[in-house]
Amino acid sequence: MIDAISEVNLDEKFLKAHSTVPDESPVFEGHFPGNPLVPGVLMIETMAQASGIMIMHTIDFAKIPLLAGVKNAKFRDFVGPGTKLDITAEFEHEGSGFAVMNAQLHVEGKRIANAQLTYTIMPFPSEKLQNMIKDQVADMKKAALAG
Amino acid sequence: MPDTFAKVAEIIADTSEIPVEDITPESHTIDDLGIDSLDFLDIVFAVDKEFGIKIPLEKWTQNVNDGNATTEEYFVMKNLCAKIDELIEAKA
Repeated sequence: MIDAISEVNLDEKFLKAHSTVPDESPVFEGHFPGNPLVPGVLMIETMAQASGIMIMHTIDFAKIPLLAGVKNAKFRDFVGPGTKLDITAEFEHEGSGFAVMNAQLHVEGKRIANAQLTYTIMPFPSEKLQNMIKDQVADMKKAALAG
Repeated sequence: MPDTFAKVAEIIADTSEIPVEDITPESHTIDDLGIDSLDFLDIVFAVDKEFGIKIPLEKWTQNVNDGNATTEEYFVMKNLCAKIDELIEAKA
């Protein structure tokens, strides 16, 4: 769901990414008929992707972070089709084999969602997946440069 | 150690909803208290933050998996607290 990654700061350990909610999606057919809104779980997924990508940068994509917990998730406003989301993910704690991240979604400078996400960091199940994720992240960075 | 034990027991009670009075120095956090790996992450996070340390959980897990250590060495409360005290001392 992330379209572009505009900044990865390894010194201050944060990442900025961007996503535009599609105008149409099967999700909106049921959520809700005639009044499309992005479900909160998909906002969490968006924050989780950004956080996971941040973690992988700090370990040179050697392992994969898997979402293990979500705390203090808050959805402060409605998000509809076409909305441009700015995503930030930063470390709360770098543990041994796990990480705790704080992530936020902003729309035009206003915070509309945030959560604390816990990850367990595991070996990649396959080199193919590892390379696929590296390629996807590279594409997201190119997308940010292309504007 | 007594202070460390009290703080760790409090963290476990808060994190895992285990009554603090059920936690003793002899308690095995996994076998006796039934703490699973995900709850243990929350506990390690809270302990790391409380004491300003980084529990080497990956290394401990690897040692157990490789047969170089028993779970009792790391996960019985009195041993866990002793390891935490060592990490605090090493940091000072």
